[in-house]
Amino acid sequence: MADAPKLVNITVNGKKTTAPAGTLLIEACKQIGIEVPSFCYYPGLSLQGACRMCLVEIEKMPKLQTACTTPVAEGMVVNTESEKVVQSRKAMLEIVLANHPLDCPVCDAGGECELQDMTYTYGAAESKFIDIKSHRDEQQWSPVVFFDRPRCILCYRCVRVCGEGMDVWALGVQNRGQGSVIAPNKQDHLECEECGMCIDICPVGALTSGSYRYKTRPWEMNHVGTVCTHCGDGCLTTVGVRRSDTGMEIVRCDNRDKSGINGDFLCVKGRYAFDFAANQERITQPLIKRDGKFVPATWTQAIELVADKFKQVVQKDGPQAIGVIGSNRTTNEENYLLQKFARLVLGTNNIDHHRTADFPAFAKAISENKARTASMRDVFEAPAVLLIGNDPTEQHPLLAWQIRNNVRLHRSKFYIVNSQAIKLRRQATQFVQIPTGAEARFVDFLSGNDAAAGTLTQAGASNENLSQLRDALKGEQNLVVIFGSELRGADISALVKFAAPQNAKFICLGDYANSRGAADMGLFPDLLPGYATFAGAARYQQEWGADVPALVGMDLKQMFGAARDGKLKALYVVGSNPVSRYALDPFVLQAPFVVVQDMFMTETAIAADVILPAAFAYEKSGTFTSTCGDLQMLRKAGDVVSVKSDFEIVVRIAEKMGYDVRKLVPFGKGLRADMGQSRGAQSGEADRHSVWLQARGLEPKVSPFDPLATLDEIQRLIPGYDVSQINLVSGNDEHTQLVQIQNASIPSHPELVVPSNDTLFTSGTLGRYSTVLNSVMERRATGKEVAAD
Amino acid sequence: MAYLVSHPDEVKVISSRFGKGAADIDRYLELDGYKAVQMALQMGSEAVINEVKASNLRGRGGAGFPTGMKWSFVPKESAKPKYVLCNGDESEPGTCKDRLIFEHDPHAVIEGAMIAAIAVNAHKAYIYIRGEYRYLLEIMQKSIADVYARGFAGKNIFGSGYDLDVYWHGGAGAYEVGEESALMESLEGKRGVPRIRPPFPAVVGLWGGPTVINNAETLASVPHIIMMGGQKYADIGTPKNGGTRLFCLSGHLEKPGVYELPMGYNLKKMIYEVGGGISNGRKLKAVVPGGSSTPVLTADEIDIAMDFDSVAKAGSMLGSGGVVVIDDATCIVKFALRTMQFYRHESCGWCIPCREGTDWLNKTLTRFHAGGGLAKDIDNIRYLAENMLGRTFCPLGDAAAMPTIGFVKKFREEFEAHLEGKPCPFEKHGAISQLPVMSH
Amino acid sequence: MNFSDQLEARFADMLGHYPTKRSVLVPFLLYTQDELGYLTDEAIEEIAQRLDLTALEVRNVISYYSMLRTRPAGKYNVQVCTNICCLLRGGEEILEHARKKLGVAVNKGISEDGVFSVEEVECIGACSWAPAMQVNYDFHENLTEAKVDEILESYRKKAQQ
Ligand SMILES: Cc1cc2nc3c(=O)[nH]c(=O)nc-3n(C[C@H](O)[C@H](O)[C@H](O)COP(=O)(O)O)c2cc1C
Ligand code: SF4
Ligand code: SF4
Ligand code: SF4
Ligand code: FES
Ligand code: FES
Repeated sequence: MADAPKLVNITVNGKKTTAPAGTLLIEACKQIGIEVPSFCYYPGLSLQGACRMCLVEIEKMPKLQTACTTPVAEGMVVNTESEKVVQSRKAMLEIVLANHPLDCPVCDAGGECELQDMTYTYGAAESKFIDIKSHRDEQQWSPVVFFDRPRCILCYRCVRVCGEGMDVWALGVQNRGQGSVIAPNKQDHLECEECGMCIDICPVGALTSGSYRYKTRPWEMNHVGTVCTHCGDGCLTTVGVRRSDTGMEIVRCDNRDKSGINGDFLCVKGRYAFDFAANQERITQPLIKRDGKFVPATWTQAIELVADKFKQVVQKDGPQAIGVIGSNRTTNEENYLLQKFARLVLGTNNIDHHRTADFPAFAKAISENKARTASMRDVFEAPAVLLIGNDPTEQHPLLAWQIRNNVRLHRSKFYIVNSQAIKLRRQATQFVQIPTGAEARFVDFLSGNDAAAGTLTQAGASNENLSQLRDALKGEQNLVVIFGSELRGADISALVKFAAPQNAKFICLGDYANSRGAADMGLFPDLLPGYATFAGAARYQQEWGADVPALVGMDLKQMFGAARDGKLKALYVVGSNPVSRYALDPFVLQAPFVVVQDMFMTETAIAADVILPAAFAYEKSGTFTSTCGDLQMLRKAGDVVSVKSDFEIVVRIAEKMGYDVRKLVPFGKGLRADMGQSRGAQSGEADRHSVWLQARGLEPKVSPFDPLATLDEIQRLIPGYDVSQINLVSGNDEHTQLVQIQNASIPSHPELVVPSNDTLFTSGTLGRYSTVLNSVMERRATGKEVAAD
Repeated sequence: MAYLVSHPDEVKVISSRFGKGAADIDRYLELDGYKAVQMALQMGSEAVINEVKASNLRGRGGAGFPTGMKWSFVPKESAKPKYVLCNGDESEPGTCKDRLIFEHDPHAVIEGAMIAAIAVNAHKAYIYIRGEYRYLLEIMQKSIADVYARGFAGKNIFGSGYDLDVYWHGGAGAYEVGEESALMESLEGKRGVPRIRPPFPAVVGLWGGPTVINNAETLASVPHIIMMGGQKYADIGTPKNGGTRLFCLSGHLEKPGVYELPMGYNLKKMIYEVGGGISNGRKLKAVVPGGSSTPVLTADEIDIAMDFDSVAKAGSMLGSGGVVVIDDATCIVKFALRTMQFYRHESCGWCIPCREGTDWLNKTLTRFHAGGGLAKDIDNIRYLAENMLGRTFCPLGDAAAMPTIGFVKKFREEFEAHLEGKPCPFEKHGAISQLPVMSH
Repeated sequence: MNFSDQLEARFADMLGHYPTKRSVLVPFLLYTQDELGYLTDEAIEEIAQRLDLTALEVRNVISYYSMLRTRPAGKYNVQVCTNICCLLRGGEEILEHARKKLGVAVNKGISEDGVFSVEEVECIGACSWAPAMQVNYDFHENLTEAKVDEILESYRKKAQQ
């Protein structure tokens, strides 16, 4: 650790304080609660000194000075509220407003505009300017980015966040003087990563979002902080919802709450790809197949049918004749509940999910080497990062942002080993290109097998490069090691073994919002929650008050095999599309009774006998575990009246099957009760919910649909999950650890790992039904990489 | 080609080789060229700086910063290469002196830049010439080639063991690029937007290395200082204002032209004797004493010494040496408007007060001059200019504000004469034409 | 795209002057413009690629400098200064005269014969010899309307050769 910088004494508005030498005056003021207004200053981006809003008086300096560019110095005496300063601010606002269209009532940023706020706080009441203002028509730069030039105050935040932050450099400044204008990279349109960061960071209404603009006013929405439903990085996103005919409509997503692990960041999916929720093709009614055709049914009919059939199969063909496939997109509580449902209600271990990373092998490697996992926050702070495989820019946009900005702001070292010249190489201290599929051999080389080097040099890397890299890595303490699904099984162990002695932390990259959660919650035929083998079942039986079936179940492929062989009589697929993901033959699903819980008519759903329309992440509460192991709470934002959360559906099926739901969901058992988390705070659902509870003679505050009660149970059973629930409820992230529960060897099945191969603009089924993502992809030409500044 | 003039009061130092074919290297050598640089090599860094300090040479680019002191700010040790950058962007309206130097004595600039490099122990010097001066750039390119051909530049110059490269660089039309930090940006291939200071160029300049930036005339004076000795040079001028400078006399004069006069020469004399008095038998109304950025002086404020300190005391600035003489048939509002039109066109646009302020002032003055002025406009113009002053990112904002304040303050009655739809009392002209704001 | 040998030589020479490639940008753009008449999309892409810049960044720079253009001008671009010193000595009248004479709007368009365009420019450093103008890079000073006629005529002749 470097020495902490020396503290200097300064006085601001008569208040004495200290700040580390080098701190910018504006930040030092902030720390003692003194707000210095600013437009162009943005923490973490380069300094501009362009807006002149932050001018303050510093003793012994004749001119006012910009607080955003002046570092504190010993003995500095500052006045941020002197008459001169106040007057200057007022004038600066007058000057910027001279050419600004003062039509706030129709501006998209009205109510969330820093210029508006600033004018309210510091501004002048009347305008001295009477000449004609310049007008330009608004321009559409991409499906999601619109530009309204007269509103732009040229703070250059957009240019910097796109260049410095995103390393896309798609925005520039053109012309000069009064003609200065922000310009997109393709003259009249943008070709970029469409992250919308520029829109988010724009202090005024100059850059607006294609999907949100002019839809509503900020104050007409409710803003609900939740976790993104797309990739495994776990960005916090704020969902803006408003009442609609069918519940609560999602109007936008953004990151107004910058306290999340993503800070300022959100990618195109997190920001825009919520529109699938309102897609016309969304299934909003239970469907039952009759004579080869789906016909709408009531929930009661559908649940009864499913419960009856499941019961029949279990009784007639035995629990081994039924299989359950879980989801990478449902909450931890739902996943946990689902495996419990399979094991206790159905009595089978035939449960699996679409695996996008070898998390069991990772858990094994971590526990065997007493190593730790790294959080998303660690990636931004680590002194060095090693990335093997994967292309985070495409598949883990937040991770890419963290790495990039760690390199930029903290000068961290960054090593890449990849078979492709991925974009992040531009930040790399060393980039070593190896042949496709050679990641495991590279690990072998790291572990000391010099002979492996020979097979690694065909793609450009030399023996020398490789040795250099290995030596460099050996010298890196507190390294964060990140690897993609290229590494599986024993290779993961070898890698962890190599780096663990240097106090390294690790991240194993999986593909969907909760793939890590699905694995942690035990959606495996041979593993219980927390990667426990059946040898350790006793703890679970004790908690559950029921026996865990002894027999190891069938994995996903085996289930399809059994279906083909006529041995599988029923299949329950929750939020998953195995037919497409594993390229399986849907024909084999004709014989068994298939229930699919989903939002859309997927390749798997087509083969179903019953389809139960499910709510998705933004329409329910619960927790997600990011691919790093960061646990966060979802809050219900949107609401579609006629669909139900997977949690509720599972409980209802269990209830209809005659199972005591109190054994399934420990509501009322722990300390917590549903205080409204599972219900949209503003929707009609609260009423529906309490009607249901009252009909069953239950108290409204303890509910079987309460995911927090299940979280209690998860926390009791999985040691690494024992984190502060208060913190989670307050919207913070808590890093979980893969803590060893037992000494048994954890089985891993590398062959079952099938990466999703999603890109920045795709997101499995959800992406297919996102109009915004589709239009972005259509507009995108070759996707040629652009050079840096 | 620029025309040469002369007057008995002139003291020819910088202009001593004008009209003598010194652009030719042989001729330059005959006229004592490249002796000073060899002396400098002998003297060593510190002695050169001391000599320049003793000369009281102050920057001819406009700010009048003591040159020797500027050089002494360059750190002795630097991990990054150091540079000398000659500012030949000459774009301040009223200024056309560097042009003469580049045309008639280009080697003096090269030699001055070399001496500056030796003084701060830099091994690379760049000579930046504005894009419009293409013929001068060509002269410079040839001169530099000649210097290399003689072995005066490059490795081991004059057998001294000292390596020194000299390069030319051309602009492409931008006044703001004359501002020293914008100049560096431009040289680095960027938009001419100034840099945040501190750090100052002497510490962090071109490509991050310490950089000395001097005006072409400043540098061209240096070989003479080395040759004649700092004290002797200082003695030509007034205290703290050493030597001579090229004054560019323009406007309503009988004999406009560029004259080399000692620092401290009387302005009134400059106008009536050197410049031959007001043309067409008219009377003097006002003088802009140091280029368009400097506040106007009225006819009765001109009995002053033309050195940095005296002009400052009179409430204006010596600036870049552009003396613009305005007769009594001229409309000051129109003059103020044309001045503002320039700054609006040349503002880099980076900071709010300059970008928006110049536009606002230009709009108001345009309307005002066209007869649409309101009484409150006069105060608003002043209010706006005063609020730009000292608050912009770089001094261009000040350069726009200062003269404006001066015009309103000193010629308020002319502004008032335009009020209430009255046509401009001086006008034969119609509405002023408008340069387009930069856009492609 | 191909540049002339001369321009290529210039480029190669200039690259050697600086520690970073992009430093050649501003003067090189002007030289390219001299050769092509204006900075074409193709030239912008080419220069961007040579200097490891985005075309956007090159455009950002081009649009900053008033001499650089992305649209054609006349073979002879008549640039009349109307700044203060020229203003005092009839610069506006000279501009108006040239405009009328050539029948083109200021800062817009090219004369019918394709030979001339007229631009109003800021101070060109001829203040002591005002009023002044530049035709392409040539200075013409101490102008009168008659002198302007003569000068324009000589360029017209040159254009016909
Ligand atoms: C807007 C603006 C334009 C300037 N233009 C020029 C110029 O064209 N030539 C010049 O030498 N200095 C110009 N300067 C001054 C330079 O910033 C700098 O002070 C000067 O080159 C330093 O050289 P000196 O100390 O030899 O005068 C300008 C300054 C400003 C603020
Ligand atoms: S959407 Fe993102 S990538 Fe595109 S211009 Fe804006 S900040 Fe840059
Ligand atoms: S578009 Fe917005 S963020 Fe970008 S410069 Fe303009 S005001 Fe700032
Ligand atoms: S004052 Fe501001 S806008 Fe004006 S030229 Fe300087 S930096 Fe640019
Ligand atoms: S915040 Fe300091 S100048 Fe903009
Ligand atoms: S004002 Fe016209 S050349 Fe200087």
